[in-house]
Amino acid sequence: MLEDKDRIFQNLYNDFGADLTSAKKRGDWKNTKEICGKGREWIINEIKVSELRGRGGAGFPTGLKWSFAPKEVGSRPHYLVINADESEPGTCKDRDILRFEPHKLIEGCLIASYAVNAHKCYIYIRGEYFNEGQKLQTAIDEAYNAGLLGKNSAGTDWELDIYIHYGAGAYICGEETALLESIEGKKGQPRLKPPFPALIGLYGCPTIINNVETISVVPTILRRGGKWFSSLGRPKNTGSKIYCISGNVNNPCNVEEEMGIPLKELIEKHAGGVIGGWDNLKAVIPGGSSMPLLPKETCETIKMDFDACVENKTGLGTAGIVVINKDQDIIKCMARIARFYKHESCGQCTPCREGSGWMWRMLERMAKGEATRDEVDMLLDVTKQIEGHTICAFGEGSSWPVQGLIRNFKDEIIERNKFDPIVKKQKDIPYLVDQHLLEKENA
Amino acid sequence: MAVKKISKEQPENFEFSKKNKETADSIIKNYPLGKQQSAVMSLLYLAQKQNDNWIPLSAMKYIAKYLDMPYIKVYEVATFYSMYNLTPVGKYFFQVCTTTPCMLRGAYNLVDVCKRKISEEENRLSEDGKTSWLEVECLGACVNAPMLQLNEDYYEDLDSTKLEQIIDKINNDEVPQPGSYRGRLSSEPENTRKTLIGNKNA
Repeated sequence: MLEDKDRIFQNLYNDFGADLTSAKKRGDWKNTKEICGKGREWIINEIKVSELRGRGGAGFPTGLKWSFAPKEVGSRPHYLVINADESEPGTCKDRDILRFEPHKLIEGCLIASYAVNAHKCYIYIRGEYFNEGQKLQTAIDEAYNAGLLGKNSAGTDWELDIYIHYGAGAYICGEETALLESIEGKKGQPRLKPPFPALIGLYGCPTIINNVETISVVPTILRRGGKWFSSLGRPKNTGSKIYCISGNVNNPCNVEEEMGIPLKELIEKHAGGVIGGWDNLKAVIPGGSSMPLLPKETCETIKMDFDACVENKTGLGTAGIVVINKDQDIIKCMARIARFYKHESCGQCTPCREGSGWMWRMLERMAKGEATRDEVDMLLDVTKQIEGHTICAFGEGSSWPVQGLIRNFKDEIIERNKFDPIVKKQKDIPYLVDQHLLEKENA
Repeated sequence: MAVKKISKEQPENFEFSKKNKETADSIIKNYPLGKQQSAVMSLLYLAQKQNDNWIPLSAMKYIAKYLDMPYIKVYEVATFYSMYNLTPVGKYFFQVCTTTPCMLRGAYNLVDVCKRKISEEENRLSEDGKTSWLEVECLGACVNAPMLQLNEDYYEDLDSTKLEQIIDKINNDEVPQPGSYRGRLSSEPENTRKTLIGNKNA
């Protein structure tokens, strides 16, 4: 277990207050000038050494992403965009950072902007987080007044302005190119990649997009050294991470823990155990609703990091752990997730727009036991038709949970949906719809 | 589920108040010159706030002129995002999250309370015309489930009785205290905190 002194977000539970004075007491803004003074190369290299991977779900190495930004500023200005459009069901970590640790985020913005040559930074907050946005705005105003932002930010000689842009309730705007479209004042529909935003992004200019948590850990990494960060966890899965444990547990909570902590320890120790005891566990969604669920047997042993999750045919995603116990109807739970994706599909690509609705309707019927036996395979086929045939990763995100359900609980679905229209065993039904099939057999 | 319907009754004209004009102009300055279209989402919010929490078509036309962009582009944005109300909603607008993490902890009990105490159908005003409710997708407070949003505030860790009390208060025009209804200050584990213990009485 991670020691308290190694936790980056000391104010995760708001013991100290989020204002600038108490943030400074926790060490924020301590030697920002010296850090930036060591130069861009050093910053990017140190982040590479730390092996920090993006905390927004995809887990892309942050140092590598920053190094994609053009080294020299050409005719087009560079932008830094922070993705605070946290909408993945099961995830609520960024909300706590915005509320309680805004200065870690703002300082991270300054360092990252310096590293990628950006003078303007937009923070895209989901519209529902209005109060959190107001708190962040207060912190930004504090920083401006203290000379930490603006013309000569924190004495670094670097000019930086931070603006907040509110979203308006579209899950898809968490996808980076949809987010850029949204900032440009359009519908949030993802763009084709390439070109990647690092070269052609916001207003056609080079843009680096990072998650709130990724940026917020950067100042601490640079202060304590990339080596320190990479000493936590295991290679390629380093550092600490905020896990959100929700669903059927006794004490749902957010907790910062080391990468690779066993899932069972998270649930039993921090979240007070599954309601009804560990044996009452049915399944766990390990990384927000887009990731395939894990059956109980895997939950016993799995360690929570990027690579271990992939080995178990799922993903760490945003580390939003949703625990489902045996009192729940697992098919209904997944049908509700399918409804979420049906509602949130942006409608740009046909497989996703139509397929997400199909999956939802089929699952609703399966939950009621009104589907036929062969529809289970048909549903799996639909998910395969969506996956990989869309512009953005929403296609995968909507079909993976359904695939996970079928992979792990196929027997249960078939048990409930036994009806078989192709009559083979039920020969005593008087009106055979598929008479010819039987005749063929007799021929 | 939010169904985007345009209200049949539309006011003739819409114009920003003087204060909102100032706010709008300062928002436009946040974006580079010539990219004023970026401000459309914020301006729609302003219009929504000024017009009793919903956006009439005349406001979209007004914003289109204000930002020098085609009306259809504003219309697209207003209909794409779910937080813009295109029909009148209650002065007190309940949005109940029913996505899986909340559903697991009994969000549909809250929906039942809303059906009983506010109106039979979602998006229909209550009898006194003050409140309405809507089932929405994940609001991003899964650890404090089940929860709902009342106008701009989050009400967390609810159950049917607590929601009934909240609605009773609203009906008396009192605004109840937002936040957790089990006495939690944030998303910390109740009673069994194992981390950051040294900070506890800071």
